[in-house]
Amino acid sequence: MGDTYEKSENLCSKLCCTKIENFAVSFGAAKIFDNVNVHIHCGELTAIIGKNGAGKSTLLKAILGEVKHSGDLKYLDEKGVHTGHPCIGYVPQYLNFDVGTPTSVLDLFNSCLTQVPSWLCCSQKLRSRVIEDLKIVKAEHLADRRLGALSGGELQRVLLALALDPIPDLLLLDEPVSGIDQNGLELFYDMVSELRKKNDLSIILISHDFDLVSRYADRVILLDGTVICNGTPEEVFNDEKTRKIFKSIFPVAEKDKGKAGNEECSC
Amino acid sequence: MFVLDGWYTLVDFMLPFPWVAHTFMKNAFLAIILVMPLFGLLGTMVVNNRMAFFSDSLGHGAFTGIALGTLLGLIEPLAAIILFSIVFAGIITYIKHRSTASSDTIIGVFSSFAIALGLIIMSRSGSFAKYSSYLIGDLLSISQEDIFMILVVFLVIICLWVFIFNRILIVSINPSLAASRGIDTLMSEMLFSAALAIVVSISIQWVGLLIINSMLVLPAAAARNVSNNVRQYHLFSIFIALLSGIAGLIMSYYWNTATGATIVLFASGMFFLTFSLRHRFLS
Repeated sequence: MGDTYEKSENLCSKLCCTKIENFAVSFGAAKIFDNVNVHIHCGELTAIIGKNGAGKSTLLKAILGEVKHSGDLKYLDEKGVHTGHPCIGYVPQYLNFDVGTPTSVLDLFNSCLTQVPSWLCCSQKLRSRVIEDLKIVKAEHLADRRLGALSGGELQRVLLALALDPIPDLLLLDEPVSGIDQNGLELFYDMVSELRKKNDLSIILISHDFDLVSRYADRVILLDGTVICNGTPEEVFNDEKTRKIFKSIFPVAEKDKGKAGNEECSC
Repeated sequence: MFVLDGWYTLVDFMLPFPWVAHTFMKNAFLAIILVMPLFGLLGTMVVNNRMAFFSDSLGHGAFTGIALGTLLGLIEPLAAIILFSIVFAGIITYIKHRSTASSDTIIGVFSSFAIALGLIIMSRSGSFAKYSSYLIGDLLSISQEDIFMILVVFLVIICLWVFIFNRILIVSINPSLAASRGIDTLMSEMLFSAALAIVVSISIQWVGLLIINSMLVLPAAAARNVSNNVRQYHLFSIFIALLSGIAGLIMSYYWNTATGATIVLFASGMFFLTFSLRHRFLS
């Protein structure tokens, strides 16, 4: 472990990075996770995997500050000077809203981006800003649509556009589990990858789709009460501990066990 | 009461009709013009957040506030009503926020507690009948002092709504998204429920416990049928609230019926009307 840890410490002094230090959350007597230390470098996509109830969503909520936690979230710029709490963009897994809600995409952006009450007026300036934001995800035609009238994929793109204004230091993606077909999902990740390169974004992704993770993630973290495994996708997916936790998902991988078994991740 | 004199002259000049000839009708008319938009405004988020049961329980809380105010020997129980309602709403919101139990259950518990406490206090003092006016309410009993108080509340709520609406909209769409935008979800919900508590407690003596919730829910529910965005939603909701309020006041005069109930009748009619038109409006 020491080797990689030191390496990432050094990298942090040259590039910007987000540090999650000693995160722990417990609800009453039940410990959800503790001792979670993660460094995320700018331009890196870190995927968090783990079985149901491993604390993935809670970790995300702790990072957002929605759930009480111990430990620190720090954002460091290129010179390694502490620049405080990162600006976070968040794309939720699903919106638990009423599909009949009379809220347009423009209203959603207005409410998030300005102090001007969305029930009073909407300036032309804001409108063009929203159109620009939506263009990034090829959704500029959706500005006046009701949220309830959007398809799952369209909604996901709109939420991504929203999370990118202002450009966040840290982007949190909660993978959609339903409502988006495989094609839409790949399109979404291609878009995210491109944005990541262009804007040097740090991204944390919570995912169940190992195929997509191995294709798009730079780093994978296996969470189960704490960080069990942390490394590149190949390292983590070929590790014994991952296989133990996801027995049912690796029937194919079982075949080339001999080859993979000697690879070790930094756990 | 210089300002009100101006209003009386204006009404006499603009609306020389028998229903508005009496001073108490002019007062009620002005009160409706001030209060109904507030119901329309706050109702939008009551309906969006599915808080109909919550606002209903606020009525019960206000009822207990009345009992408490009388028990403590306050000549003006209104302060007690407002205070109790705000505390009541605050506790429900806080517990709802902290607990995983269904909010229906929590509201149900508090609502039952409040109404039971209110009834116990009222029955103990032995004069239950004198409270019965709070069940039905009487819009025509509004005095000139009441109107000034409504005006103050009107201005306070409008300012609050300008300030908190964007936040409570995002919280209602997704609390995590709101957190990522640096919004204090608990604080916005607290402010919203306090605003509701204030409006419910000042109007319960005129509208009555039985139908106060309809005033909050119906205009917004009717507006929702035909709105595509937040601006239309507010516009329609306020318009429907005002229209039913004025129509209800006028017709209650000619039909000789309870004003609050007549207003609710018109608001319900508006709901069915917009419901049948919804396919023409929704994109």
